[in-house]
Amino acid sequence: MSNSYETIKVSQHGKLGLIALNRPKVLNAINRPMVSEILDAMEGFEADSSIKAIVLSGNGRAFAAGADIDEMANDQAIDLELRNQFKDWDRLAMIKKPIIGAVQGFALGGGFELALCCDLLYAADNAEFGFPEVNLGVMPGAGGTQRLTKLVGKTKALEWLFTGKRITAKEALQHGIVNQLIAEELLLEETMKAAEQIANQAPISIRLIKEAVLKAVDTSLKEGMEFERKNFYLLFSTEDQQEGMNAFIEKRKPQFKGK
Amino acid sequence: MFETVKYEVANGVAWITLNRPDKLNAFTEQLNKEVQQSIKQASGDKEVRCLVITGEGRAFCSGQDLQGVNEDMDHGEVLRRFYNPMVLELHKCKKPVIAAVNGVAAGAGMSLALACDFRLLSDKASFLEAFIHVGLVPDAGNLYFLPKLIGHAKAMELAVLGEKVNAQEAKELGLATKVIPMEKWQDEITAFAERLASMPTAAIAIIKKNLKASWESTLEESLERDAQGQRLAGLTLDHKEGVSAFMQKRRPVFQGK
Repeated sequence: MSNSYETIKVSQHGKLGLIALNRPKVLNAINRPMVSEILDAMEGFEADSSIKAIVLSGNGRAFAAGADIDEMANDQAIDLELRNQFKDWDRLAMIKKPIIGAVQGFALGGGFELALCCDLLYAADNAEFGFPEVNLGVMPGAGGTQRLTKLVGKTKALEWLFTGKRITAKEALQHGIVNQLIAEELLLEETMKAAEQIANQAPISIRLIKEAVLKAVDTSLKEGMEFERKNFYLLFSTEDQQEGMNAFIEKRKPQFKGK
Repeated sequence: MFETVKYEVANGVAWITLNRPDKLNAFTEQLNKEVQQSIKQASGDKEVRCLVITGEGRAFCSGQDLQGVNEDMDHGEVLRRFYNPMVLELHKCKKPVIAAVNGVAAGAGMSLALACDFRLLSDKASFLEAFIHVGLVPDAGNLYFLPKLIGHAKAMELAVLGEKVNAQEAKELGLATKVIPMEKWQDEITAFAERLASMPTAAIAIIKKNLKASWESTLEESLERDAQGQRLAGLTLDHKEGVSAFMQKRRPVFQGK
């Protein structure tokens, strides 16, 4: 993992790896270098056995207010295809450790798509989500139409995508886009607390739960049930399963090792 | 800077004075916009820790200027474009806002006063739900705030019967923090506003936020908001100052931080 990122700030806090988007002057607008740095940092945390969960946050007044429009204003279709613009996004979706997002201010366009890559989302009361792409004569391209629809259903997804209108923090909570709303000034502190709770669970459980739930999002129930069962059985080969169940019987707190 | 609003800042207080006295400060599009802009300006000004909205001359605000009303008017659009943004700007203001109701507050003028955090009334002041007399309905948040302030039954009486509520009656209903005789008016509203401006205004912002949220929360949600609010307040300089002033038996000096 490189320590010399230009568009993000990366730090470790106990079992947590923190990635803070860091282009505050442009409200953390997402450009290609930023996506590749986020991916690089995530893969670094993925490979680091001391890290159990990843927190992704904005910085300054926003989470991320969309993509860098200047960067793509003159792109042609074939440029995009040949560049395979979204390959880093695809790899983000393959990170197996839990990713917890903290959204304050704007999460628009690509910023909203990045937020939708998180497994859990905590949002400040002032958070605003939205897909304004339609106003520029385009549409989301990094999973927006797919992930939002799977989260909230076709009706609201189409409304928000057709109009580009902003989704308030409260609406995001009502529609299951975010897990909890938190006072803006406490957002990172509370998100870190929530992430730490997850980081203290049995890591292989967390890993296989994430895998199974993501499977549920795009497979049939029958296949998903079979997949779940295999993961359930697999956990019985871990030391943490023994420790967890013994601790329960002995009425003490378990000490998980991630093995 | 503004034409229909007088805007002044003194001793931590932003004074927003509706300034169309010859029209009893009736709302026009411009007045709606300028009230909104002046609230926004005060909200963003670090020197300002309290806002006062009042009226020039003998009225607070007589509501919509009926000279601007004609048969083709889309009443809904006028609200959406001019009144609603003003009320929302006021509602999201984190600083305490006082309506200093110097005279009649009728129609949307009453709505404006209802949307404030405190209502100080002069003994010449009155409220009037004027809408029903021209076959309209209270708007600009009137029916949102009124029952929260005085209860459903009384809100129904005021809105439907449209009878004038004088200052003393308003006080009894809970619509006024204080009724002030005209001869002491300016001194007392200034003292009240400056008192608020010297309070721990960061804590006041949290109180405002949590009180607002209480209307649509479960006890569990409210308790969690209390915890977050207290954590935040506990981190303020004003909290430290309050505690140390108490220990040292002196008067605290709060900065709103």
